[in-house]
Amino acid sequence: MLGFLIRRIIQSIFVMLAVALIAFMMFRFMGDPVNSMVSENATTEERDEVRERLGLDQPIWVQYGRYVARAAQGDFGLSWRNARPVSTLLAERFPATAELVLVAAGLSLLIGIPLGIFTALRPHSFLAQSLQFLSLIGISLPTFVTGILLILVFSVWLGWLPSFGRGEVVDIGWWSTGFLTLSGLKALILPSVMLCLFQLTLIMRLVRSEMMEVLRTDYIKFARARGLTNRSIHFRHALKNTLIPVITIFGLQLGGLIAFAIITETVFQWPGMGALFIQAVSFGDVPVMASYLVLVSLIFVIINTSVDLLYAVLDPRLRVDGARASH
Amino acid sequence: MADTTLSRALDSDLFWSFRNSWTARLSSLVLISLFLAAALAPVLATQDPYDISQLFLLDSELPPMWAEGGDPRYILGTDQQARDLYSSILYGLRLSLIVGFASVALAAALGVSLGLLGGFLGGVVDATIMRVADVLLSFPAILVALLVNGIARGILPPEQHADAAIWVLILAIGLTNWVQYARTVRGSTMVERNKEYVQAARINGVSGIGIMIHHILPNVLGPVLVIATINLGMAVLTEATLSFLGVGMPATQPSLGTLIRIGNEYLFSGLWWVVIFPSVVLVVLVLAVNLLGDWLRDALNPKLR
Amino acid sequence: MTLLSVENLTVAFPGRRGTVNAIEDVSLSIEPGEILGMVGESGAGKSMTGAAIIGLIEPPGHIAKGRIVLEGERIDTKSPEQMRRIRGRRIGAIFQDPLTSLNPVLTVGDQLIETIQTHLKLPRAEARERAIDWLRRVGIPAPEARIDTYPHQYSGGMRQRVVIALALCAEPRLVIADEPTTALDVSVQAQIIALLRRLARETGVAVVLVTHDMGVIAETADRVAVMYAGRIVEVGAVADVLNAPNHPYTEGLMASIPRIGPRPEILPQIEGAMPRPHARPPGCAFAPRCPNRMDVCSEQRPELEGSAAAAVACHLKAEVPA
Repeated sequence: MLGFLIRRIIQSIFVMLAVALIAFMMFRFMGDPVNSMVSENATTEERDEVRERLGLDQPIWVQYGRYVARAAQGDFGLSWRNARPVSTLLAERFPATAELVLVAAGLSLLIGIPLGIFTALRPHSFLAQSLQFLSLIGISLPTFVTGILLILVFSVWLGWLPSFGRGEVVDIGWWSTGFLTLSGLKALILPSVMLCLFQLTLIMRLVRSEMMEVLRTDYIKFARARGLTNRSIHFRHALKNTLIPVITIFGLQLGGLIAFAIITETVFQWPGMGALFIQAVSFGDVPVMASYLVLVSLIFVIINTSVDLLYAVLDPRLRVDGARASH
Repeated sequence: MADTTLSRALDSDLFWSFRNSWTARLSSLVLISLFLAAALAPVLATQDPYDISQLFLLDSELPPMWAEGGDPRYILGTDQQARDLYSSILYGLRLSLIVGFASVALAAALGVSLGLLGGFLGGVVDATIMRVADVLLSFPAILVALLVNGIARGILPPEQHADAAIWVLILAIGLTNWVQYARTVRGSTMVERNKEYVQAARINGVSGIGIMIHHILPNVLGPVLVIATINLGMAVLTEATLSFLGVGMPATQPSLGTLIRIGNEYLFSGLWWVVIFPSVVLVVLVLAVNLLGDWLRDALNPKLR
Repeated sequence: MTLLSVENLTVAFPGRRGTVNAIEDVSLSIEPGEILGMVGESGAGKSMTGAAIIGLIEPPGHIAKGRIVLEGERIDTKSPEQMRRIRGRRIGAIFQDPLTSLNPVLTVGDQLIETIQTHLKLPRAEARERAIDWLRRVGIPAPEARIDTYPHQYSGGMRQRVVIALALCAEPRLVIADEPTTALDVSVQAQIIALLRRLARETGVAVVLVTHDMGVIAETADRVAVMYAGRIVEVGAVADVLNAPNHPYTEGLMASIPRIGPRPEILPQIEGAMPRPHARPPGCAFAPRCPNRMDVCSEQRPELEGSAAAAVACHLKAEVPA
């Protein structure tokens, strides 16, 4: 278990170093960083001085080492577009994205798992068949089209819910939350529904197929043969075995949610990191792009490692390393 | 060894399967119509949406012809700039398909070459290619495409962004999607490499590249065709998403995604048709490609399932 | 009083090619404490008979005809909930493969305690005591420690002991053991059979032992029922059936067991194969393979005739009662 943990952490560090290398190369070789630091009519001497001050005259691997060291301390340089520290920009935007992604992930689990269980237990009911059909459409629909349709129906035609922004937010330290005001909560509904929809259909289909698989196993048949109640068989014996693989897939998909939040944030003008990233892409603002890449990769790596650990905790077969009894 | 893709494609099983699958027949019918519409866009369109001299501002924001206030000259209505929506959609479809096909071609060429190379040479080359592929796969495709797009924009001076947009898109989507081809081709190549005919060709002094192209390539084209079909839907969708996000085709040369982006900006002005019609065409296109891809995968090579 | 009697039981499976009967007209009875062997080839209907008794036939299969009576009470007509209360409490079941019969994510103790508490209203601590006791009785060493471990930490033979404990822990009067040794190593098989026999003697539980292994029957059972193509073709005390089989099929089965003593060059084999359920011939299903076939055999189906102690379904014997 400890060996597994150490192996995973070393692996993660290598992935992060590789990502930092990509970010550094973007930073170093796209455009001249000096241009962003000096006025347009600076002399060659002034430029050289800046170059020296930035350490750009050092060997390339020294520069990379410095980049990693600074990035590890949260220093990602200045945005080329508005000359503010990238770390400040990201910190301002992070809470909005985090709240959106968390609500969407929560919704997709909270709705997807029960629907999956239901369709697995009553596969022939009308409701289960309709859900299965709807999920097919849900998987084929481009997410931004879903978002536009939601706005068209609930904001334009019905006028029930806001179509942009976060509503009123409350600052708690550096974190700004939309959870504490009515307008903040209302503003969350449509974006999180749009973001969770694809995920939800995926989880529902996954839970359904896993659960049907588990219900066919011998240990479920044996549990029935011992006269255990249906409730225990479905929700204690079958569900636990169903959810172990679902958790892994969900962890991997959580990264997808962060990526898809870029689209949601654009549709709903949600002031998160994704919207910031899109602006950076369209203006070629390399420091912001590179830092977003590093931050998102870090989140991916943390999620993946935690999922692996969680898996090991949940599945007793992985928990004990090689302890097997003899006859 | 004569079992090439062509002879396999003409195999009666495939036709039998096609005749028996209504989704395959319906989706290919839809696709052929859309391809034709895109190819014949200059003929079918009632207006050249890129030619500002053909736009009459008085005719802006007209609803579809059957709605109240509609004008029979503009079948699906007009947008804010008086562009005929029907013509815009035809040209937008054309652009979406060009980007889709070109990026699939790029991804396939890249993936097949890298897969052949890795599978045939093995060793460090193979390990490097596969490691890069692993890293690419661990990130969501849209993020990779955005990143390539952003890097290209960072390198190009801003005044060239609009003109280069289509190339940047093809590059970004192509570079994102090559992994699957490379993996499949690499696997098949490694199997083929050890077969007697390749060994024989080597002994007879045929060059390594010659063997790859003449012997292995025809054998791996079947799976590649399946991946390409499924990828076309994905490429069209990625293009639409990038354009929708404002980092794809510019408003002066709108693709379907750009049209939806423009329509989205006028959602609250009641111009629902500007956003609905391009969306419907996009969804129908992607759905048809996906259904056809699913059918092809099952019919051509059950092993890929 | 007879513990269980099955009367003219037919289990039907509606399918695309029409309804097929997995078992037909099966009648048997078992007394308290008795071990009844059920033997036959795979597909003969032995497991289906067991599944019917515990009320777990996979849909769309269902009981089309006949009755199942447990301790004087008809159980085949009971509701699913009533039947659930009978399973485990009054009829236990042991499954074939111990590697797949235990839930991998619950401890052995959890599974035992839950089974005990479902049927016997006991506080958890007491149920745990019983669970430990059961593990000890089935021969698990250090049960106090092993109770909190997971199935994957047990060997195959140990897992089958746990399965047996699970089947018996709510103290049923009857247990259906479906091929309990088939998936085990030969060396472990004998231990498990010995354990079953000892527990049956100690607790007085009656056992229906389903197997295709005549050797296991010979060692363990009091009586044996031979099944062929969905029907019982012969019933009798084990010694009688083994020494003097009445049905030509049983005779063939006996001849194919390796024996100590003068060996024939090759073990005799019954020619041909058992017909599939949808392709059973009219008349006696064994007729196409029978060395003593008569004209009547392919026209008229022989009924099982005789007493519960000895009965046979064969035209040969009907003419000359044994």
